[in-house]
Amino acid sequence: MTRPNFDALRLRRWALLGSLVLLVFVGACSKPKRWMLDDITGLMPALKFNLTNDSGRVVDASAYRGKVVLLYFGYTHCPDVCPATLAKLGEAIHGLGADAAEVRVLFVTVDPARDTTAVLHRYVRAFGPEFVGLRGGDDALEKLAKRYRVVYTRGKPNVRGNYAVSHSSAVFIFDRHGRARLIATDSDSVGAISHDLRLLLGVG
Amino acid sequence: MQPIIVYLEPWEFSPTVLITCILLIAAYVRGLALTRHAGGAVGFWRPLSFFVGLGLIYIALQTYFDFLAQHMFWIHRLQVLFLHHAGPFLMALAGPWDTIARGVPRGLRERVFRPIFGSRAVRSLYGFLQHPLVAPLMFVGIIYFWLIPAVHFTAMLDVNRYRIMNWSMVVDGMLFWWIMVAPLSAQGHAKLPYLTRIVILIFVALLQIPLGAYITFRGSIIYNVYGICGRAWAINPMTDQQIGGLLTWIPPAMMCAVNMLVILRYMLHEQGGRPSAESTLANAVNV
Repeated sequence: MTRPNFDALRLRRWALLGSLVLLVFVGACSKPKRWMLDDITGLMPALKFNLTNDSGRVVDASAYRGKVVLLYFGYTHCPDVCPATLAKLGEAIHGLGADAAEVRVLFVTVDPARDTTAVLHRYVRAFGPEFVGLRGGDDALEKLAKRYRVVYTRGKPNVRGNYAVSHSSAVFIFDRHGRARLIATDSDSVGAISHDLRLLLGVG
Repeated sequence: MQPIIVYLEPWEFSPTVLITCILLIAAYVRGLALTRHAGGAVGFWRPLSFFVGLGLIYIALQTYFDFLAQHMFWIHRLQVLFLHHAGPFLMALAGPWDTIARGVPRGLRERVFRPIFGSRAVRSLYGFLQHPLVAPLMFVGIIYFWLIPAVHFTAMLDVNRYRIMNWSMVVDGMLFWWIMVAPLSAQGHAKLPYLTRIVILIFVALLQIPLGAYITFRGSIIYNVYGICGRAWAINPMTDQQIGGLLTWIPPAMMCAVNMLVILRYMLHEQGGRPSAESTLANAVNV
């Protein structure tokens, strides 16, 4: 009987091919790790938006080309997470010394109704000169959130008109060319963020 | 309250999904019409099973469901259940391929599809993928692969990988359930005996259970990407993971049990003087 042999041969050939593909895949995935934050190179789209900054000027991503950009979604009434995150980013950036001038933190408000240009301006300046507040209409905001797969929800206002807002905790980090490179989360330390910013700036 | 249409619109519109669904439905409906025209029985349960299966896949991919699945682990697991299990299972149960082939315009069928599907390369690839050892390993392997934490992380961030994940689920589900649930009479020359199928189903069920149990009982968060991008609504992350684990564990095992019932039904009916595939299927869907 030759047929079973032929089948077995064919199966072996496919198995060989399959394991080769797997090997290449595993090889491609196990590059030496030099980042301390989560590497998202090639996974997310380049920086792009159309919003108004905290000086009231319309800006897009090209205004920040050449800088390392940290993108974060939040709102100024945020009781704990936003100020803690921004303070942490501030600490990491100021640890860079003179290179801090090459970094920008873009704080996009998900609550533009309460975060007017003036409110936003006062808020971000408290964290340092590298911080920029951005706001926009619901459409522009939704587009940006969808681009980076983040969600935010606004709760129902209480009797005094206050409401809670929930939003993603991620900080998306872009290199000087506007390419998405890293994600920093709550659990990342100031040291880890500083370390990776230095690498991105090419001064690590 | 937003109008209901918002929830029916695709979150990320995919022309590929839309066109594939339209073409499948068009060929299937035309095939049904031609069958009826030629005096053949069309039945009720078979087409219903086909349309419900396809509908589940479409809903999981091209409605607000997709948004929720991107931002909640347990809804992502529900989406996998639709794409990899329930949808393809119901479509395969209908044994639709003969009808679809009949519905494809003759010229296209003879000049394009027959040479492609009849070619040695396609036949041997199909034979390999449907090998009784390869098919179940691939079916379970794909579930494990996309749940490797590092792989899952990138699939939920990168639109392209996310699409590949969902397509791989649907295609693999179609391949697997076809050889598991279609009656022998509909499988052509690649017949898989009923007893072999039952053994395969037991293995597939047993291999999926540890994964679901691991996710359910693991005391820490395995998939942090949902916390990073934000969950669709406020829910305890552990609860999210536990429900997701249960959905990975119980319903897939149940599906294997249901499939075994369908096979038992086939066996019983084929013992007592072979009835038509049609009535066997009608009974099977009726279970």
